[in-house]
Amino acid sequence: MFKFAPGLGRRLGTRLGAVALGLSLTAGIVAPAFADSQLLNVSYDPTRELYKDFNVAFAKYWKAQGGDDVTIRQSHGGSGAQARSVIDGLEADVVTLALESDINAIEKSGKIKAGWRDRLPNHASPYTSTIVFLVRKGNPKGIKNWGDLVKGDVAIVTPNPKTSGGARWNYLAAWAWANEEYKGDQAKIKAYVGELYKRAPVLDTGARGSTVTFAQRQIGDVLLAWENEAYLAGAEFGKDAFEIVVPPISILAEPPVAVVDATVDSKGTRKQAEAYLQYLYSDEGQNIAAKHFYRPSKPDVVKPELLKALPNIKLVTIDDPIFGGWKKAQPDHFGDGGIFDQIYKPGK
Amino acid sequence: MSEDTRTALGKPPAFRNPADERPLAKILLIGLALVFLAFFLLLPLVSVFVEAFRKGWSEYYEALIEPDAAAAIRLTLLVAAISVPLNLVFGLCASWAIAKFEFKGKSFLITLIDLPFSISPVISGLVYVLLFGSNSLLGPILKSQGITILFAVPGIVLATVFVTFPFVARELIPLMEDQGTGDEEAALSLGASGWQTFLYVTLPNIKWGLLYGVLLCNARAMGEFGAVSVVSGHIRGLTNTMPLHVEILYNEYNFVAAFAVASLLALLALVTLALKTLLELRFGAGAAGGRH
Amino acid sequence: MIHNATASPAKWRLKRPSIIPGFGLTLGFSLAYLSIIILIPVAGLLWRTAGLGWSGFFAVLTDRRTLDALYISFGTAFVAALVNVVFGTVVAWVLTRYNFPGRRLIDAIVDLPFALPTAVAGIALAALYAPNGWVGSLFMPFRIAFTPLGIVVALVFIGLPFVVRTVQPVMEELDREVEEAAATLGANRFQTISKVILPGLTPAILTGFALAFARGVGEYGSVIFIAGNIPYVSEIAPLLIVIRLEEFNYAGATAIATIMLIISFVMLFIINLIQAWNRRRYGNV
Repeated sequence: MFKFAPGLGRRLGTRLGAVALGLSLTAGIVAPAFADSQLLNVSYDPTRELYKDFNVAFAKYWKAQGGDDVTIRQSHGGSGAQARSVIDGLEADVVTLALESDINAIEKSGKIKAGWRDRLPNHASPYTSTIVFLVRKGNPKGIKNWGDLVKGDVAIVTPNPKTSGGARWNYLAAWAWANEEYKGDQAKIKAYVGELYKRAPVLDTGARGSTVTFAQRQIGDVLLAWENEAYLAGAEFGKDAFEIVVPPISILAEPPVAVVDATVDSKGTRKQAEAYLQYLYSDEGQNIAAKHFYRPSKPDVVKPELLKALPNIKLVTIDDPIFGGWKKAQPDHFGDGGIFDQIYKPGK
Repeated sequence: MSEDTRTALGKPPAFRNPADERPLAKILLIGLALVFLAFFLLLPLVSVFVEAFRKGWSEYYEALIEPDAAAAIRLTLLVAAISVPLNLVFGLCASWAIAKFEFKGKSFLITLIDLPFSISPVISGLVYVLLFGSNSLLGPILKSQGITILFAVPGIVLATVFVTFPFVARELIPLMEDQGTGDEEAALSLGASGWQTFLYVTLPNIKWGLLYGVLLCNARAMGEFGAVSVVSGHIRGLTNTMPLHVEILYNEYNFVAAFAVASLLALLALVTLALKTLLELRFGAGAAGGRH
Repeated sequence: MIHNATASPAKWRLKRPSIIPGFGLTLGFSLAYLSIIILIPVAGLLWRTAGLGWSGFFAVLTDRRTLDALYISFGTAFVAALVNVVFGTVVAWVLTRYNFPGRRLIDAIVDLPFALPTAVAGIALAALYAPNGWVGSLFMPFRIAFTPLGIVVALVFIGLPFVVRTVQPVMEELDREVEEAAATLGANRFQTISKVILPGLTPAILTGFALAFARGVGEYGSVIFIAGNIPYVSEIAPLLIVIRLEEFNYAGATAIATIMLIISFVMLFIINLIQAWNRRRYGNV
């Protein structure tokens, strides 16, 4: 025993030492990356292309204003998962998420101060979007409006509202149409939305997963998608294969943005972070958003040709009395045992 | 694994060993195995490479040298370089204690080592978030000391170590149990020290099993997705490992690049296994525990 | 808790005496490392679940949605592990006993499921087994992807190396003289395989089954791309965990995880006990 232990102990000691050194070195490599002129924008999935362009524009603008060299790092993922990462310690300077309720959750953890929604114009949503239909070329099932989705043998592709922020807007848009159609008759609205989801053969966990299921796997007749995602899908998978159908009524999706107070105060990046979000409302910011098929909050500063792709339709907001804002809609519709859960019956 | 236990399929043997199957049965079994593997392994593998090379070599190459991809490759190598040796040391210690001694609670200990297999990857990342997150007991203390674990390299290493924890030990325990303690006892009674016994008697006996465990551990360490995804923070160019980078590219509809990076992971596995085969050929196959 | 048959009944000892050194050091290090990496984090998980209280935990456990998800996860993992036991053993047999062109390549790609990120595996399998995929189109109108059968396909892929790689080393060690003896004594090949070879392989096959099964139950990354994820039909338990997390319901998520953990742990423990018993019975040590 005494002969064995010292030898192994020494080797072990060296190995552990080397590992500890390795760990501290890597920690050292990572630490300076969070220098003062670095911003981390934690965002949801469909905004990748938008922020790729916008970050370049902002860095240029900030430099021209006499600011420091600012580099912006991006993190993308499901809106809810990203909010959880920020709550658990991901040091985001700004969050640009899909749902107000996700930022509310961060606010509840104390990392974002209350009243963030009033600190920036237009409910802190520099751009908005809506939900449209992507159908196969020639629209063989003749889908024009929400009511056509539950006719014949139409099969619908939409992500899972429980795991995808975009999918919740899909659901709410359908609800908004049904509310108008059935004059607020709750039983009929629920029956319609239930029928809609019974026609979904696949519930992907994210919006882009659904796009792939629809476009590449050739499943379903219609994809419910963000307006900007529908255009992007058209560009990526071939314009000849699909058509975008804009229904006469849909939901006004307001993806909100906020400065993460806890991070910017400890890092000293408040100035840059606030300017970054402000710049989303600038002429250039609005034009970049429109170029990526987001609906600008100030359409008057945007080039008219960019607005052509975004037709005027009736858009119901989440603050409409039928939903009562995210704080009410989230638990009512998407909470555990909420209306969405009631659609599915066990033991099929 | 020695060649004499295997019979060539090509030439019809004049005398059939009664301990061999009929040639027809042999062909059927090989066919069955190949069809099964074709559907479940070969086709997915081929489809990954087909997608990766859809636009030719240059696109493939571009995808791999792109800065974010290169950063992801570096991070993945770093994480594997830290977590594999850790689990190697553990695997040796655990299998020595378990295989060379009889003690109470052994099966329970083995099951504890198996535990990471029975935990969903979704959860194996989450346990560290619960432990080190801002709302945990430890999180604020570490933060005040300026130590970052989550959403940085240490967290990714921890999650990887967790997921690959059992591989080396799992490979060594049955092998060492099978070999028993006779060789070690003989060496010790001849005056060798414990350390010498391990180095010159045990280690040569288990070297192939050890190598194999390390290769599997390494493959899994590089390929882990679920657990790492929870603790990474997905910061592009900084905390994205190769599997996470694949997901990002896929979500950007950049299928060629996504599958190119994925094919690199598959290639890495094939290369390490080719290396193992080469070593076996060079230093004599059948060393993988033939001694009793 | 484990009764060592050979330990003297008069005096309780942790370990049977041995002249081999290093027990304290290696066991000590193993336990310390095990505690830091596995036990403390898992204890944190259980502690979080305990926050629900017994009634809350019981409510999660008896919820129809949870039960159906667990049934789907355990059911598909069980079927996949069975498929792997049959075909994995055949693959291991073919790889150890026969020589054929491409054997080494086949041997190498068996480990592919470890190396390929699970998400990539899921995407590749979904593309292949979708109704318009190379394989899926062969079986139309019978659907594989986006049904529970798709989950089985993904789990067969994930679990295969566990079976092959636990059975293969034991097969390589099999003594051919025993088979020859059986043949000399008049056993035909089928009898030799079923009465002589298989019993010797059973412990390894059992371990492979247990590992493939345990791994399959928890698998998420590859399954969600091919499952369809319809509640009560093809919604796996790990997806339900993710859904609970999306609701910021950590306790609900950890409760489901704890249930899965306990079931898998008990199963692995029983199989390890059988192994230990088997070893003692055949006096291998």
